[in-house]
Amino acid sequence: MRLGILLGQRRNGPGRPLHWTDIAAYVYLALGVMLMFGPVLWLVLSSFKTESALLEFPPSLLPFAQVEVTVPGQPQKLPLFRTTLPDGSVRELAQVRRIGLVAQMVDPADPSKQYRVAIDKREPVRRVALATENYSEPLQRFAFLRFLFNSVFVTVVATLITLLINSMAAYGLAVYQFPGKQAATLAVIGTLMIPMTIILVPVYLVVTELGLANSLWAVILPGAATPTGVFLLRQYMLTLPKDLIEAARMDKASEWQIYWRIVMPLTLPALAVLAIFSIMWRWNEFLWPLAVLTKTEVYTLQIALNAFQGELQTQWHYLLAMTVVTLIPVALVFVFLQRFIATGIGSTGMK
Amino acid sequence: MAELKLTGARKSFANIDVLHGIDLAVKDGEFVVFVGPSGCGKSTLLRVIAGLENVTSGEVLIDGERVTHLPASERGLAMVFQSYALYPHMSVAKNMAFALENMGLKPAEIQARVARAAAMLRLTDYLDRKPKALSGGQRQRVAIGRAIVRDPKIFLFDEPLSNLDAELRVATRKELAALHAKLGGTMIYVTHDQVEAMTLADRIVVLNAGRIEQVGTPLELYNRPSNAFVAGFIGSPRMNFLPAVVTSDDGTLRLTVGERELELPRTASGLVAGARVTLGIRPEHIDVASDTGMLGATVDLVEQLGGEAFIYASAPGLPQITLRQDGQSQFHRGDAIAIRFAADHLHIFDATTGAALARP
Repeated sequence: MRLGILLGQRRNGPGRPLHWTDIAAYVYLALGVMLMFGPVLWLVLSSFKTESALLEFPPSLLPFAQVEVTVPGQPQKLPLFRTTLPDGSVRELAQVRRIGLVAQMVDPADPSKQYRVAIDKREPVRRVALATENYSEPLQRFAFLRFLFNSVFVTVVATLITLLINSMAAYGLAVYQFPGKQAATLAVIGTLMIPMTIILVPVYLVVTELGLANSLWAVILPGAATPTGVFLLRQYMLTLPKDLIEAARMDKASEWQIYWRIVMPLTLPALAVLAIFSIMWRWNEFLWPLAVLTKTEVYTLQIALNAFQGELQTQWHYLLAMTVVTLIPVALVFVFLQRFIATGIGSTGMK
Repeated sequence: MAELKLTGARKSFANIDVLHGIDLAVKDGEFVVFVGPSGCGKSTLLRVIAGLENVTSGEVLIDGERVTHLPASERGLAMVFQSYALYPHMSVAKNMAFALENMGLKPAEIQARVARAAAMLRLTDYLDRKPKALSGGQRQRVAIGRAIVRDPKIFLFDEPLSNLDAELRVATRKELAALHAKLGGTMIYVTHDQVEAMTLADRIVVLNAGRIEQVGTPLELYNRPSNAFVAGFIGSPRMNFLPAVVTSDDGTLRLTVGERELELPRTASGLVAGARVTLGIRPEHIDVASDTGMLGATVDLVEQLGGEAFIYASAPGLPQITLRQDGQSQFHRGDAIAIRFAADHLHIFDATTGAALARP
């Protein structure tokens, strides 16, 4: 419905012929969608390919698998090939066995007739098939639920803590006047310029010193206060009318009540934005958990995925499938919360 | 219900003095209006009383108790903001109940108080609405309701009517006057609109540049302004100010205005010949004379309002003079008229200090 409205937009109003700028806009948008969504689509399609299909060159877009047929008199299913016979006719034959450059084939319709065919004279018959075992096998073998729980726990708890302490810091920096306020704000923003890799070792030492290594709190706590979050919320709180806070003061509200009952509800759009960011950061976080989590039972999904990637070989079919599973929760969060980003400007009921 | 007293209240922001020592006493149950041009410090004065700003020096006393350093939440006052400052995420009922919840009242008591205030302000049907679903006038009533439920010591109003359209402003003004009559609370009201001040106030405080120019009942200020600023600020259209010189004619002091001489008002005192003064006369105290009159003038513009008419006329050597006629004027642009000042209503102000030298 909404998409219909969107696609019905015209430069000259609905129902008018397309202006060239409309076409240009759609082409541009389509290109954007392709750039953004193409890799994800390829990931999803590839996650359904069998291990051997993944290694094929040139790669195919859709997951294909060779058709196998049951032939009477043969104990196993036989792969089907489209074969060019010496007389020039083309038939679909099942391969019984292959010896060197020659394959022994059988006609599934008439198992008594056997053919000997050079292997370059035949092509596998393939059709689209989903290798669902890519999903089912690791989900059974691998402590997926454990990792999922760890990831969800880290994401939810860390996001709640982030929202709480960031909003408190932002409230202080936005509402109060105190000496050094400017300096404090600058210091918070300044930490944006320090990359994680630089403080990785010192923070690691602190965390181990506190006995937090190999616990999920080691992942949650160090990153709970984010300068981005404080800055985002502070900027939003600055736009709230000062009158509201003063009105609350006149209404005998304590500072905590002003924060919790007036400012927090009105900052909801910005909090939603920060929540979305925080959920994505936490869900996708890799380097820091990799450093502090070394026991399998505390692995988050991202670290667990890394386990499919060995030193010598990578189980691409599992890795891709589990990557898709890992993507689903964040994608859902985004779908449901993204409207808050758009409705950022809260109506304040003021003139 | 309470009395308020300010002694030597000063306020400066950085190096800028906004209030220069305000001394003021407001009696219990009194409706006092602070009026003055924008930037005169009237809002700051109200915020100092509210506790939203601290005084730089001086004292604020409520009921004889020193509250100078008490925060706003502990002074027991209620304020209606110019922007109404309704909590946008709360319903009307919640808006009104918020302060009561903070006071720790029982839910039944809160509900009763909200219901009573809502009935008084005709908001009963809107209690579940959010502020954004209300009209300007309704929001304004919610803001007042939020103050009423508190049963505060003093009501403070910061230009509460300036966001309403003209018609609603008149209606709400009358409601406020009725409300004061009913509640009888001490109310302090800030406005830049002298009509609101005149109609609502028991006493008006005229402020200018951080100082009190005059305190008095509306008619005192209108009839006997103590200086040219008050005279010009109170009354609409504003008083005419004409430059004049005191002249001596055989030992009798007279006043020369433009090309004409006038007799000095009886009340004038302390004038000497040669003194430069400002003659003040309100538009309603100038007549168009049928005879040659006192001053000849030419009509520049006539504003016909139906029930009354304003004539803007210019006389040689004088600034434009505004005069008011009852009913409808028969004059037109360019007509020559003769005008006469009502001798009983002449004001004389010092040309430099603006202090009143003679008032009716």
